[in-house]
Amino acid sequence: MDAVETKMIPIYIMGQRYEVPEGLTIMKAMEYAGYQYVRGCGCRGGICGACGTIYRIPGDYKIYSALACQTAAEPDMYLTQLPFFPANHVSSDYAELEGVPEDIYKLYPELFRCVACNACSKICPMDVPVMDVIAYIKRGDIEKAAFEAFDCIQCGLCTSRCFAEAPQFHIMQLARRLYGGKLAPKAQHNAEAAKAVRDGKFNPMLDQLTSMSLEDLKKEYIEREIEPETAGDEWKPKETKWLLEEYLR
Amino acid sequence: MKLSYLPGCTLKTKAQDLDLSTVAAMGALGVELEELPRWNCCGTVFSFADDDLMHQIAPVRNLVRAQEQGGEQLVTVCSFCFNTLKRANLLVKENSDKLDTLNTFMDEEEDYKGNVNVVHLLEVLRDEVGWEQIAGKVQNPLKDLKVAAYYGCTLHRPIEAAIEPPNKPEALNDLIKAIGATPVDFPDMTTCCGSYQAVANPEIVINRTREILTSARESGAEMIAVSCPLCECNLKENQKELGELRMPVIYFTQLLALALGVDSHLHQCEQNPADARPLLESKGLIDACSATYI
Ligand code: SF4
Ligand code: SF4
Ligand code: FES
Repeated sequence: MDAVETKMIPIYIMGQRYEVPEGLTIMKAMEYAGYQYVRGCGCRGGICGACGTIYRIPGDYKIYSALACQTAAEPDMYLTQLPFFPANHVSSDYAELEGVPEDIYKLYPELFRCVACNACSKICPMDVPVMDVIAYIKRGDIEKAAFEAFDCIQCGLCTSRCFAEAPQFHIMQLARRLYGGKLAPKAQHNAEAAKAVRDGKFNPMLDQLTSMSLEDLKKEYIEREIEPETAGDEWKPKETKWLLEEYLR
Repeated sequence: MKLSYLPGCTLKTKAQDLDLSTVAAMGALGVELEELPRWNCCGTVFSFADDDLMHQIAPVRNLVRAQEQGGEQLVTVCSFCFNTLKRANLLVKENSDKLDTLNTFMDEEEDYKGNVNVVHLLEVLRDEVGWEQIAGKVQNPLKDLKVAAYYGCTLHRPIEAAIEPPNKPEALNDLIKAIGATPVDFPDMTTCCGSYQAVANPEIVINRTREILTSARESGAEMIAVSCPLCECNLKENQKELGELRMPVIYFTQLLALALGVDSHLHQCEQNPADARPLLESKGLIDACSATYI
């Protein structure tokens, strides 16, 4: 088989031109160019928010953003990483908070400086509608804010662009925490299951397993009924006495 | 009839009774208020500086949303939202260069073409529904109730944003008449309540409240009807200090809803020093309730 020649493309890292193989992520391309990550890289999976990157393309006035670990380097990108952006984080005692919008207003009154410029939503690499989330918070809708901001990975790029100098990602995180801990309905079945554990309801089942001989355990294991891969939500095993709701009944 | 509606932040927080009674009453009149699916804070106060376009983005973005919804009119009931949106609209309609600048800046939105009209709910009631039609739909005439129509500033000032000639405030009086109550003219119908001075200079607001309540009372009114959540808050909250001057304060939409026989959301004024319910109960206009002045 003939060797496949890799096409090289030019990219500009902090203004310096490099030739890198086409098809690499920005992160890999920077490593290829000789940069070694100490900060600005975490999960390499698009989840930790450490690798926020700003870039421009010649001839285009727009500012673009990317997660370096998720986005392919393209020819003529002028890029720089912004792994961290200072943002005022106000500590609070979660137990003291009431789960009302005023909790947020007191800690981050600057959110009322928002002028709806939308620079935050435009820069967000996760497509969080940041401006709208701030608008939901202003009108007291913590639940909507929490859901709409669910994808935020705290990269801080929105805050780097904010005309109101508001630390949106801290504000949105507080909204999610208030919603999750104080507003969302509690999962009743979870509480019941936890109580059953505490009350020792599962002990006989565990005792039975721990007192079995290794041979019997292996046999049980090998003969166990396996849920077929194609099983739908309605699937139940033939032996139903171990299902939580039956077992606890 | 379906109209685009922007409730505003305060109507979703402190003044939910205004939002809910508005939607209920308009529904009873056959007007469906369709809340914009996306909207942001209007900015609350219109920016006076001619070249301060940054603060016109928020109101104009809402006008883009109304345009997206296909609405020719954008209805608000909060006097502040109304004033801010209407003036921003006038600014960009009259200054195409400013509209261009804003459209260019908001490059991710469709261009605002300047064709939306911002209207206050009182204008909808007057021009689209009509006083006679409203009177015809009243189930529960508010007879023997003397109501001072308090317009505040922002429905009539400045003149180009006014809902009617500022020297002749009458829309709210006409509505009060249409629902069977007696409108009371009083000298302070359009006096400013002190507005957001409540934060930095509360004594201004206390003095204004005293003046407004005194002249309403001396003119024979039993309650004050308002459209602005900030007027409502100022006239209400300061009553704790004002002893015998106390007088119920109510949103005009709550009176309208009450007269039309739909939910007036009066229960939302719990813990309210200007609770309207004891008065309405004494007139037999609402069922007995346990409300008392706090
Ligand atoms: S909302 Fe802000 S911090 Fe969160 S992912 Fe988007 S740009 Fe990053
Ligand atoms: S960048 Fe700041 S001012 Fe602009 S819309 Fe977002 S939160 Fe508001
Ligand atoms: S390294 Fe974690 S998101 Fe890119």
